[in-house]
Amino acid sequence: MKYADYYAALGVERTASPAEIKKAYRRLAQKYHPDVSKEAGAEARFKEVAEAYQTLKDPEKRAAYDELGQRPQGEEFRPPPDWTRQHAGAGNGAENFSFDDVDFGDLFARFGARGGPGRGGAGRGGQLPGQDFEVPVEISIEDAFRGTTLELNLSMPEYDASGQLRRVPHTVKARVAPGAVDGQRLRLPGKGGKGFNGGRDGDLYLIISFKAHALYRATDHDLYLDLPLSAWEAALGATVEVPTPGGAVKLKVPAGTPSGQKLRLTGRGLPRPRGGAGDLFAVAQVVVPAQLGDDERRLYEQLRDQSKFDPRRGFGGEGA
Amino acid sequence: MTDNEVFWLDEHRVVSLAELVEFSGLSEGELLELVHVGAIPVREARGAVYTFSARVVTVARTACRLRDDLELDTRGLGVALRLLERVSELESEIARLRAQLPSA
Repeated sequence: MKYADYYAALGVERTASPAEIKKAYRRLAQKYHPDVSKEAGAEARFKEVAEAYQTLKDPEKRAAYDELGQRPQGEEFRPPPDWTRQHAGAGNGAENFSFDDVDFGDLFARFGARGGPGRGGAGRGGQLPGQDFEVPVEISIEDAFRGTTLELNLSMPEYDASGQLRRVPHTVKARVAPGAVDGQRLRLPGKGGKGFNGGRDGDLYLIISFKAHALYRATDHDLYLDLPLSAWEAALGATVEVPTPGGAVKLKVPAGTPSGQKLRLTGRGLPRPRGGAGDLFAVAQVVVPAQLGDDERRLYEQLRDQSKFDPRRGFGGEGA
Repeated sequence: MTDNEVFWLDEHRVVSLAELVEFSGLSEGELLELVHVGAIPVREARGAVYTFSARVVTVARTACRLRDDLELDTRGLGVALRLLERVSELESEIARLRAQLPSA
């Protein structure tokens, strides 16, 4: 396991008073709390700060932490047998106690068995509820359209028989029916951390987001797609084939379609969970060839010479 | 391995006050205070019996985290939740407008 320097995480001296620790935590928590901060790395930083505060605010935990001495942040580390016997519930087996799957922060959780990890704290008969977990999950727009089954490999803290929290790998399977949108929340009851001593299991919350797509941009159940058109298709009108998540469809482009015009394909967006579907909007983009062949050049020149179309008529000579 | 039960936290699913207490970690009193200051919308109120859209489970869980992590009282939570809701609305609006722009 890797040592974490909790005093450094909070930016305080090892001799800091409880008031100084609290003040440092409040300042950093307000800055990095993931619900209010959009700073890169804020969530990871908040976890460090919160873990440090959970231990240092409690005199008993702080004393146990201080007993471990000061080490470089991230140094591979194993608590001495005496400490393990006294604080990790190892009893007489302290020499053989394994820390392989114990997270440094979880070492101090057994103190929390009296204060309670997660919600609720210890119940009757030493029951402890399992922790809830929120897990971000990325899916493709095609997955949202067809529905998908997620297989999540998670590492969750579980109490062993001695009451020590250990990281245990879990695979959780979840069927996401068609119709999820970017930001969708799903709840899997009882699939969070295991409760201890008969305490209820925590829940797992999935936060769905869409992977960036080469063609589509999603907003709620509607999709937007750039529709490149040649100058003559835009001017004369055309019937073009347009990809949609459900398969290509024909779209009639009216004559005189300008760039930016949105052409709606009703019901061709993402399905809604209770029936119906969003729309797909093809956004016209008039494009020109980067290089012209001789014949194309002649035709464009002929058009230039004969057309009375002035795309900058709205300028009205202002500023000329 | 079988598929697990999955609940969508959206506007179609309804949760009771007791469920919202269980899912969020807030107390009934705290939730009712947040309802009364308008930070948590009620779907239906029949006398003193409230039901909520399951979408607010996310809001209530956020409130619980803010209470625990930032030591906010209910008045502070009410203000924070309304501001976060406003930020969320603006972010959705930006995302909607961006989706309409060409991908360049």
